[in-house]
Amino acid sequence: MSLRIVVTVKYVPDATGDRHFADDLTVDRDDVDGLLSELDEYAVEQALQISENSDDDVEITVLTVGPEDAKDALRKALSMGADKAIHVEDDDLHGTDAIGTSLVLAKAIEKAGYDLVISGLASTDGTMGVVPALLAERLGVPQVTLLSEVSVEDGTVKGRRDGDAASEQLEASLPAVVSVTDQSGEARYPSFKGIMAAKKKPVESWDLSDLDLEAEEVGLEGAWTAVESATQRPARTAGTIVKDEGEGGKQLAEFLAGQKFI
Amino acid sequence: MAEVLVYVDHVDGAVRKPTLELLTLARRIGEPVAVALGAGAESTAAALAEHGATRVLAHDASEYADYLVVPKVDALQAAVAAVSPAAVLVPSSAEGKEIAARLALRIGSGIITDAVDLEAGDEGPVATQSVFAASFSTKSRVSKGTPVITVKPNSAAVEAAPAAGAVEALAVSFSAQATGTKVTGRTPRESTGRPELTEAAIVVSGGRGVNGAENFALIESLADSLGAAVGASRAAVDAGWYPHTNQVGQTGKSVSPQLYIANGISGAIQHRAGMQTSKTIVAVNKDAEAPIFDLVDYGVVGDLFDVVPQLTEEIKTRKG
Repeated sequence: MSLRIVVTVKYVPDATGDRHFADDLTVDRDDVDGLLSELDEYAVEQALQISENSDDDVEITVLTVGPEDAKDALRKALSMGADKAIHVEDDDLHGTDAIGTSLVLAKAIEKAGYDLVISGLASTDGTMGVVPALLAERLGVPQVTLLSEVSVEDGTVKGRRDGDAASEQLEASLPAVVSVTDQSGEARYPSFKGIMAAKKKPVESWDLSDLDLEAEEVGLEGAWTAVESATQRPARTAGTIVKDEGEGGKQLAEFLAGQKFI
Repeated sequence: MAEVLVYVDHVDGAVRKPTLELLTLARRIGEPVAVALGAGAESTAAALAEHGATRVLAHDASEYADYLVVPKVDALQAAVAAVSPAAVLVPSSAEGKEIAARLALRIGSGIITDAVDLEAGDEGPVATQSVFAASFSTKSRVSKGTPVITVKPNSAAVEAAPAAGAVEALAVSFSAQATGTKVTGRTPRESTGRPELTEAAIVVSGGRGVNGAENFALIESLADSLGAAVGASRAAVDAGWYPHTNQVGQTGKSVSPQLYIANGISGAIQHRAGMQTSKTIVAVNKDAEAPIFDLVDYGVVGDLFDVVPQLTEEIKTRKG
């Protein structure tokens, strides 16, 4: 038996940088360093653990859709231990929305071949958290999402989903789409050996024609949503700051009473 | 006037507050028609009618509890086919966003998530979103199909607006995918008696400075004096001092209460991403240089072990 896992990852602008919009109201990627979205590291980690806990022959492919620099995200995942990588890159992809991204990913996943897709719970830039559900819908396979625990055995994926009202145990047959939360287990750091090995691992580059997609289906033009304006929030006016000299709690209560919270 | 579908989030018939907020927002763009699914669906009608639902489309089947997400998508799709709405509004919970996304794809429509405001526009509803850790505010619209929009809790004040709210049976046939993901077990979360974090009007949070699980009692006492929910920073959660379900921030929950009180939280960007849209922000921290003080309306530089108990006592006295 063999198990083919595709891990979808995203290259995102560093949240600690000064993120802003370009003139066409897409995210300006030129002024801020990018990196592998932190939440996707958990997806890579779970793929590695499934592989380590399996008697089957497991192959882990990391997949990203993004500009040239997005290769950095793939390298990071390869250095953690993934086997190979696919980079979907095409100038016509600029400005693709979540629906379009799920189309490109689904086509690439089908072309790559898969038994299990693993995603992070959301990207750290768009933070929509809808791509795993969209992938399941497009691929016509079960979604087993937002898992804080995941395991695969005998063609079945099982996991725990912690919601607000309840904690649920889920189960589905493969193939399936899984997403994991930051509670699923701390992602490992790449070892020196891993980093060196990653340099020799294959990274395939595909463009839209490789996926039988037309330019109109993706990009800003093909988006089903339109951003009309983006406004920087005015800096907050400086608040009142007091030093506690024994009455700090009372002073704060006075402020809260003035604001009608008490 | 065009009808607007509102997906009802309820627990055994008790409608959760974000749905009532959606009914208020829906009235700006049309006539709200509510879709209530699962056990107790019909008993949501009174609350929905009181808040403006002209009709309540209800359906119950064991599939909603026994399988994940897809049966609800099937039902909402049936409602869209029956009503031909001008828009579909869904609460921005994790499940709400998944339901909305799959629905949008099926009906060939764009989706906007985590709207914080909604208004009528010439070309359909315009949604305001707060992005990049709330440093930017964007206005967007769906440019293809029937707009599907998820709205964050606390995005509108709930207004009563009595309407007919007659219950009608929704006809649903489940898709082949509906039974793909089985729910094999469910453990309800134990109630703390406090408001739900994402819905609370006031949130009191603790971070690294709380310095131990046992000290969270101080944060809970302050929260209880204000009828608030308790939040925690990632540092406090990772240290095991408070449950992950209470984590506020980029990898936890995003909150937008009327008042946010941060105690012993430095204010790293990841935390700010989850609380920066709070209306009034207050912080207590020993370190005068902590970035949280850049955000506050009122800040106290001091030891939370002195300030918080004093604040709690003073609130109790004033409310006395």
